[in-house]
Amino acid sequence: MDIFVISLTIFALSIFVGFEVITKVPPTLHTPLMSGSNAISGITLIGALISAGAQHSTVTTVLGLCAVIFATINVVGGFLVTHRMLKMFQRK
Amino acid sequence: MRESIINIAYLVASILFIFGLKGLAHPRTAVRGNLIGAVGMLIAVLVTMIDQSIISFEMIIIGIVVGSAIGAIMAIKIPMTGMPQLVAIFNGFGGGASLFVAGAALLEANITGSATGTQMTVATAISGIIGAVTFWGSLVAFCKLQEVVVSGNPVQFPGQHVLNILVLLAAIGLGAWIVVDPSAVSTYWYMVAVASLLGILLVIPIGGADMPVVVALLNSYSGLAAAATGFVLNNNGLIIAGSLVGASGLILTTIMCKAMNRSLANVMFAGVGGEVVGGAQKGAEIYEGKIKSTSAEELAMVLEGAQRVMIVPGYGMAVAQAQHPVRDLYNLLEERGIKVEFAVHPVAGRMPGHMNVLLAEADIPYDKLLEMEQANSEMGDVDVSIVLGANDVVNPVARTDPTSPIAGMPIIDVDKSKTVVVIKRSLSPGFAGIPNPLFAADNTLMYFGDGKKAIVDLNAAIKEG
Repeated sequence: MDIFVISLTIFALSIFVGFEVITKVPPTLHTPLMSGSNAISGITLIGALISAGAQHSTVTTVLGLCAVIFATINVVGGFLVTHRMLKMFQRK
Repeated sequence: MRESIINIAYLVASILFIFGLKGLAHPRTAVRGNLIGAVGMLIAVLVTMIDQSIISFEMIIIGIVVGSAIGAIMAIKIPMTGMPQLVAIFNGFGGGASLFVAGAALLEANITGSATGTQMTVATAISGIIGAVTFWGSLVAFCKLQEVVVSGNPVQFPGQHVLNILVLLAAIGLGAWIVVDPSAVSTYWYMVAVASLLGILLVIPIGGADMPVVVALLNSYSGLAAAATGFVLNNNGLIIAGSLVGASGLILTTIMCKAMNRSLANVMFAGVGGEVVGGAQKGAEIYEGKIKSTSAEELAMVLEGAQRVMIVPGYGMAVAQAQHPVRDLYNLLEERGIKVEFAVHPVAGRMPGHMNVLLAEADIPYDKLLEMEQANSEMGDVDVSIVLGANDVVNPVARTDPTSPIAGMPIIDVDKSKTVVVIKRSLSPGFAGIPNPLFAADNTLMYFGDGKKAIVDLNAAIKEG
């Protein structure tokens, strides 16, 4: 099967899984949901790592480095701030 | 073999992301859910390191150290009241990372002479456009929320919509050029520049109280940009995680729009929140001779006779940083056997769930925070409702006047409680720019003052009384 069709299948099914899972999140947790899901969207980091490490040219390496920095801010900051918020909700 | 291991690890990471998000369905399981998601990310990152195309770790280590330091400092230093800005800017970084990765991939394909099929080039163009819109749109949203550089009010000029459409078409045109001629690497950066302009233009006309929609939408975009980058690299990990986040942001966007009874197009393009002509004058007619002003002492007596109190917080509570005095008020009343709850409108504040985070920071138990529907169904039994820094979300005009800009918007029906207390600096209109007849209603008492000071004074009066 064409690799594009496989990717598209995965994409479509993941969207549905996303809808099913996220619909159950109560409004009180909507902010942590946003920051937490945002940390997950930092998954671009794995693409960035390859760009930064493959060293095809100076330009791709610099682009890769920028991408690694941006994505790491996203991942580390996102999970951390979500944790901070959720701790407050858990206290009771 | 190595590639299979990597892909299986990405599958494991994706499953952990789904379990992590599932954990967010309840405050009790949410901390664990977030940690599960973080473990998934750690697995994905570690296994990527064995990818055979990585020949040097120098840049990777520098990038991770710098990024972690910046991210950690921002996450730890930010006060809870600054959370909308932080979430906005983090969305932007995600979008920015995607556009860099897609750009690097296009250049790499040209250097190594590897195949640039239609899927790759189309996905590169989409990733670049969405990434740039997300990055610059988030930056503008950040500035508006922080109230630096750009005004928090809508910025509008004639021909705005036409300009937006032209800029969008230009970005799509340059994207199409990349698909036709993948060797035109510089075109990618022109496209990114045009899409950046689009991101700025799209968010600039949106006013402060519509920010929950914008932040949710940019959240969705940051996910979709990651998914598009997944199509560029043929990487399932990116596609799955990106689409989960894309779906999450879209759900939140829809919830926010519904809570304002407006379409997404109306929020994005109507520039609501500017001056309403004659609004002040109309307000004077409605309010004249009907406003009953009250004091902390009088209010303390009213509350002493109450059995059930509903507090309705709005953005004003966040601005005044009144959440801690509100917690003291909550404790004082509960000690006296009065049942206190909070009614939270979905769009109160500047991002989805904003009020909940502030009240959680102040140690209010989360089961005391009622959703709008539940609060409204119980409003008839409420003796005193206290509106703190909210305006449009309690304006009964939404129910009664079909010509009003907020007509049909679901509101918290505080006017159905026996006594309404509105804590506010003045009679000035809210974000929608319209007067609020609630202030002049027979059962309403106005308690003028800064939100924080007003509650502190009230607490002192209750203690004395």
